[in-house]
Amino acid sequence: MRRSPAFESQRPLTVQLSRTPVADSPLASVEAIISGLAGVGYIASRRIATALFMAQHLSKPVLVEGVAGVGKTELAIATAALLDLPLIRMQCYEGLDESKALYEWKYGKQLLYTQILKDRMGEALEGAHTMEAAMDRLHGMGDMFFSEGFLEPRPLLKALRTEGGAVLLIDEIDKSDEAFEAFLLEILSAFQVTIPEIGTIKAKVVPLVFLTSNNVRDLGDALKRRCLHLHIPLPDAHLEEKIVATRVPGVEARLTRELVAFVQSLRDIELRKVPSISETVDWARALVLLHAQALSADLVRETLNVLLKYEQDIVAIEPKLNELLGRASGAAGGE
Amino acid sequence: MASPVQATVEEFVKALRASEVRVSPAEVIDAHRALMEIGYADRALVKDALCVTLAKTAEEVFRFEECFDAFFSRDAFREGPPPRAGGGEASGETAGGEAGDLPLAQMLLANDGIALNQAMEAAARRARASDVRLNTQRNLLSRRMLDEMGLRELEELIQRLREMGLPRDAALADRLAERREALFEEASRFVDRQMQLYARETGRRMRETLLGQAKLTAIEPEDMRQMEALVKRMAKRLATRYSRKRHRAHKGRLDVRKTIRRSMPYGGVPFDIVWKTETIEKPKIVAICDVSRSVAAAAQFMLLFLYSLNEVIEKLEAFAFSDRLIRVGDILEAEELDSAIASIIKKIGMRPTDYGRALVDFSELHRDAIDRHTTIIILGDGRSNYSNPRLDIMREIAHRARAVIWLNPEPETYWGQGDSRMDQYKRFCHVAKVCNTLNQLERIIEDVLRTYMPH
Repeated sequence: MRRSPAFESQRPLTVQLSRTPVADSPLASVEAIISGLAGVGYIASRRIATALFMAQHLSKPVLVEGVAGVGKTELAIATAALLDLPLIRMQCYEGLDESKALYEWKYGKQLLYTQILKDRMGEALEGAHTMEAAMDRLHGMGDMFFSEGFLEPRPLLKALRTEGGAVLLIDEIDKSDEAFEAFLLEILSAFQVTIPEIGTIKAKVVPLVFLTSNNVRDLGDALKRRCLHLHIPLPDAHLEEKIVATRVPGVEARLTRELVAFVQSLRDIELRKVPSISETVDWARALVLLHAQALSADLVRETLNVLLKYEQDIVAIEPKLNELLGRASGAAGGE
Repeated sequence: MASPVQATVEEFVKALRASEVRVSPAEVIDAHRALMEIGYADRALVKDALCVTLAKTAEEVFRFEECFDAFFSRDAFREGPPPRAGGGEASGETAGGEAGDLPLAQMLLANDGIALNQAMEAAARRARASDVRLNTQRNLLSRRMLDEMGLRELEELIQRLREMGLPRDAALADRLAERREALFEEASRFVDRQMQLYARETGRRMRETLLGQAKLTAIEPEDMRQMEALVKRMAKRLATRYSRKRHRAHKGRLDVRKTIRRSMPYGGVPFDIVWKTETIEKPKIVAICDVSRSVAAAAQFMLLFLYSLNEVIEKLEAFAFSDRLIRVGDILEAEELDSAIASIIKKIGMRPTDYGRALVDFSELHRDAIDRHTTIIILGDGRSNYSNPRLDIMREIAHRARAVIWLNPEPETYWGQGDSRMDQYKRFCHVAKVCNTLNQLERIIEDVLRTYMPH
């Protein structure tokens, strides 16, 4: 019988690990990274840029930590935009397993395949008179059941197989189970995955990997060891002003200074959740929409819920509002 | 052979480890690769690059920065007094001639701080200064460093100059001797800094080893903070060990993958149905603590230990008693540990202990919640002031629970002496142990966790 070409498609899936750091790439130097990221709307500190630089040159994933809303996910998005690479994002959650993260077999098609196979079996075994001969014929047919054709790639596999590389964002890794963490180790250190039925699949181009963590639980040492570690702290006033100015078009310089000073002073108070950068940016947007020129007690009171996410925090701040505002406008005016 | 840069990185890593930044050999290799990429010219860049490769948590970043600044700041040598005016040109020439073959003397006379500094660094490396661990090694080390720098030859030179008897030589000898004293001082300052960089960890570790063996009932107030940290670290260690091996339960859910795979031999008919039924239980622990005078301190540490284990414990209920028993879980959660214990004692403490009464209370409050998954840990000395021990309740509790563990801070020979009912209670316990140090406590709690592990 004629063997379908698919039977012969046992071609190796592995491709040599290749790196493409070019001299004029946007990641050629720390300074280039800072200005490049600024170009796509992300104001990076030197340490952030250095981490990115090292990630590119050492081919290592970056583990980004920091409180919520400090720009961890945003960093990956901005990097993808800077490098003009597709961003493949995987959100972690409890119970995430390899069939959702790495690959899944196309069961339906596999079943159809067996059905077809069964129908054609008589034809295939025609002329084989003994059991041995039939078995020999069967073995000679090759196994397509578990082959790349029936593989449904999930984010991790997609990132490895994207031509030209990709930025892989594994978001909130601390929300996943510990077993999943161990499962990631192969990908993070060797940029390859092993599928028991097929073999090892290596990355065509090493993807730039970001993992983010909110410290819901402590990550294992094995995982940390494989990553560069970047902790993004809440920014100082100067950096935050720059961020607000970049992210919120149309905000006036004086208002920026005032609102940043106000947010910074909130961070010194014991709150259940101190506002981070994303809240500052949201607040600035809200103020711009309200055509605010300067902060006033009423305005702040009405918009405080953008900044503070817990009722207790809002209640705690309200009596101190005038004092905080006075200090903020003093800091802004002092410039 | 190691290049000087490599040696410096090794030394720096040693210093990092001493200040509790955990650095593995693989990370050291990463650091080297990072440095090869960026070079050494830009200090800020070097710092950032080493930071992202070596420090792995926010606290480690903080400690890294401290350590980096301390390690790469070198105090300049203090300037010596300028050459005396009386010396003049001639003496300078002679000095150069006399001391010509001795680099140390040359450097000292020329007051060359940078050269001296480098010589001292090199000597320190040869004398293995970064291996310094104990205070008592201080003098030995500075002596060895000075020998490496050529102190003996210098001494001989001074001696020889003195013996020549000429006033000019004598003056030179005096100046060298004076500079030598300054050198001693520099060396001891250098050793001090080495101690700070490399030996901090050892001292702390030694203290912790001692605290682990110290009697829980006799912890000095000034050690409390460190004890707490130690308990938390121990608990963390156990938690990582025992949370790793556990898988999540998927009870009652169809495992589609496996079912379909198993159906293949049957032509796709799902003959074998596979369920995701991996259930592994976490321990449920009920802690009952005697908070009368002598036992309160031990109770405090046990509660702290158990509460630090919340990752691996399914459910923790805490009770405390002296004559009456109350539930203390919410107090412990609401307050800091030491103040929580204080307010518990204020509520129920300072009364004669009554184990029988406490057991009755416990039985009323919590009997129904005890099942075969519950491990009960009782901490107390079993001294019941001759009241009815209510062994019947004890028996019932032991019967219902998975295990009853009694920890007694008193040595075993005291059990059953005087008003102690320990010998009687012991019969109903699966485990009864003396527990009066942190190490014992850790071992017992680890045993509890281990019994819950799947085989």
